[in-house]
Amino acid sequence: MSSRRTTGGRISEDEINELISKLQSLLPESRRRNMGRASAGKLLKETCSYIKSLKREVEDLSERLAALMSTMETDSPQAEIIRSLLR
Amino acid sequence: MHREISPGNPNPNPNPNSPMPGFCYFLHALARIQQDVAPQRSPGKKGRRIRRAAYASMAVAAAPRRMAWSRALLRRLRRRSASPRRKTITVTRKKTRTERQEDELRRLVPGGRRMDLCSLLEETGDYLQCLAAQVSLMQWVARSISE
Repeated sequence: MSSRRTTGGRISEDEINELISKLQSLLPESRRRNMGRASAGKLLKETCSYIKSLKREVEDLSERLAALMSTMETDSPQAEIIRSLLR
Repeated sequence: MHREISPGNPNPNPNPNSPMPGFCYFLHALARIQQDVAPQRSPGKKGRRIRRAAYASMAVAAAPRRMAWSRALLRRLRRRSASPRRKTITVTRKKTRTERQEDELRRLVPGGRRMDLCSLLEETGDYLQCLAAQVSLMQWVARSISE
């Protein structure tokens, strides 16, 4: 990664490393544990994997909410919950 | 969760990372989707509408922080028709594994292709937090209406 040219050429390796460790801290604990000795490459890989799993969760939850909402009758207590949260 | 607006605290939303704006947006969107009882809608369509609402609410929540990924995502959502992707093939030297990972990250983060590396890493961190918050929100809604 240090050999990668950047468009401006002004970004220092220190800054990159700082951003990388900050990114590492945003990964959930379980993923950080599996990483072992963190290298830039491993971190990028783990980050990509994490983003993909989060997007899958959004997808699954969307389907789940669609199913739950379809079984809700318009005057059910559940519908009331949603409405009351918007008041 | 609300604080008084005073000279000492001009920002009514004390935590700029709070999902509040996106939270309201998402619930409003869900209510709109629910009220739309057109029976001819295929069951898959509802799920897709909810997913779009999820990403829109994430982008809305991030808008005050002026994140590039948020603007890119909103642009993508506003494009009604799927515009064909420019498929420019550039021959480069064989990439290292790290460079391929970086390319993948650029594909995953909205607007990632246009960013310099530094911005990409910053935007990724923010995008991750918003995704995780949106997932929590949706889990909470699912729990609330299934109990």
